[in-house]
Amino acid sequence: MKNILISLFTFLFLGSLSAQNANKIIEKVDANMSSKNRIVESSMIIHGKRNSRTITSLSYSVGDKKSFTEYLSPARERGTKMLKLEDKLWIYSPSTDRIIQISGHMLRQSLMGSDLSYEDMMDDRKLTEVYTAKVVGEENIDGRKCYILELKAKVVDVAYYSQKIWIDQEYFVPLKEDLFAKSGKLLKQTTFSNVKKVQGRWYPTKMVYKDMLKQGNGTEFIVNSMKFNQEIQEYIFTKAALKQ
Amino acid sequence: MIKFLLKGILRDRSRSLLPIIVVSIGVFLTIVMSAWMKGIFTDMIDMNANFTTGHVKIMTRAYAENSNQMPLDLALLGIDELKQNLEKDYPDMEWVSRINFGGLLDVPDKNGETRAQGPAACKAIDFFHNPKEIERMNISKSLVKGSIPKKPGEAIISDEFAEKFGVKLGEDVTLFGSTMNGSMLFKTFTVCGTIRFGMTMLDRGAILMDISDAQLALDMENGSTEILGYFNDGNYDKLKVEEVTNTFNSKYSKENDEFSPQMHKLEEQSGLGDYLAMADGMIGMMITFFVIAMSIVLWNTGLLGGLRRYTEYGIRLALGEEKKHIYKTMIYEAILIGIIGSVLGTILGLGMAYYLQEVGLDFSEMTKNISMMMPPIYRATIFPDLFYIGFIPGLIAMVSGNALAGLTIYKRKTSQLFKELEV
Repeated sequence: MKNILISLFTFLFLGSLSAQNANKIIEKVDANMSSKNRIVESSMIIHGKRNSRTITSLSYSVGDKKSFTEYLSPARERGTKMLKLEDKLWIYSPSTDRIIQISGHMLRQSLMGSDLSYEDMMDDRKLTEVYTAKVVGEENIDGRKCYILELKAKVVDVAYYSQKIWIDQEYFVPLKEDLFAKSGKLLKQTTFSNVKKVQGRWYPTKMVYKDMLKQGNGTEFIVNSMKFNQEIQEYIFTKAALKQ
Repeated sequence: MIKFLLKGILRDRSRSLLPIIVVSIGVFLTIVMSAWMKGIFTDMIDMNANFTTGHVKIMTRAYAENSNQMPLDLALLGIDELKQNLEKDYPDMEWVSRINFGGLLDVPDKNGETRAQGPAACKAIDFFHNPKEIERMNISKSLVKGSIPKKPGEAIISDEFAEKFGVKLGEDVTLFGSTMNGSMLFKTFTVCGTIRFGMTMLDRGAILMDISDAQLALDMENGSTEILGYFNDGNYDKLKVEEVTNTFNSKYSKENDEFSPQMHKLEEQSGLGDYLAMADGMIGMMITFFVIAMSIVLWNTGLLGGLRRYTEYGIRLALGEEKKHIYKTMIYEAILIGIIGSVLGTILGLGMAYYLQEVGLDFSEMTKNISMMMPPIYRATIFPDLFYIGFIPGLIAMVSGNALAGLTIYKRKTSQLFKELEV
């Protein structure tokens, strides 16, 4: 009986310690990955079944509520703009001069044929706000020591119910992510690399997304330049800015 | 003897009327049910062939594997050359290209912003050069308002969608989605007509446009998601299809090239093969069921007749007629009654089948929530087999019923005849 009680308390104590550690780890990840605002110029290389395309864009975002993206190239996409305010998304097409609001199941559609969905692009919340975490092990990825964390959603409005995430033990940035549906099915896999120090925080500047339900060779997302905590004019986050 | 028996049947109606009525009803039901079931199955198969499967369909091998997702990036390219080759290789078939894709249909307000939107099932066909396609998809008859697209930039949308969101003829709607390369698709169409196919699946949010418009919008120059082949006589011939499919695939389809074209037979698509087998099986089963059921009924009728004519057979035996001869006349009589009943039942059955073929029964209310492609009105189809199919249960059941009932004649003993006849 004594032994059983000792085992039980040890188990509960270690479990609670693991949760505390995990929370600290994802807080540190959030500190690196989230910011008051940021301006990012990026290239998205979409490897399709028949060909590959590179799309460059310039994004402005404030917290996880507002973001504005303008596509710069190729010519087919130039001038297309996207505005996200809270949970709403508008897209402007210069060829039709129309602003279309995207909602419902369309948010789960692929963004420009990539392995990212509109929903992926919109959800920029901190991990600590959305998931509860548990450390489940340690592993080396490309020679870097990582914590392996299991995250479970604590809110309802989340695209992926659970995640398995590998966190670099030195830089506290994710190096790999497996994203799962509630059923346990693996939906997406992301790898992060080229971790650089930008304005005092570590940030992976190359991400490779793979939609596991889609054919193709994945989508590379490369951060060409990134600035945190800049002065961003408020008018950018209005529908009027879409047509300008 | 036949003439003598026929006179007997016509003059003594009490011995022939009930069996003739029973045979007629059985044959009538067999014919009507066979025609109706054939009609339903044929309609569903034709509808699927006309709208989605063709008699044969060509897709890339990669597209065929994921066709339910409609992956535009895996579409066929170089279709003009392929169609030219097909026309040369299979001159008794017509080849049409179509593009199916999904998107979002968006209705703008006066500021060009979203007023209403809904998911769209987009279908692009050759409106401008192929009137047969319009006929095949029954578009002219299904139009509720307006006309078919006559120039680029025009489209027909579902009447249900137009009514729900107050879209009028001449107004613009924007189609939003992805192109073949994954770029954003924004294409504005002017609504030239609204349509109701009577099929829930298509009526929820269909948009129909010319294939040249779709190719342009989807960056799919000289491409389509599928090429459908139809026999010029309109009939689906399993043997011919087998031959066409085998020769095409051996010539064009390459296992190591996922973008090479591959031809699929109608029955290989959407589970239609099982459906065709089920149709044949059900018609066969129904005929067997009627033969068995009617044999039992007519056996009973024969037994009753036998009992009623017990005295007559007794007198005939007493007069020296052989049991074998009486049994033979009884069977001949059954054949004659079977023929009369079958002819009568066939005429009435064909009449009813013709009515159901022309008018049909409207089940649209009952099937409005079903997403499968089903015809709203179920019609019968008159086919050559109907002219003799009724004779199988009509004759077999009548003769076997009487043959079984007539066996009692052999159990009669001449020594007891006079006692039985109470002479």
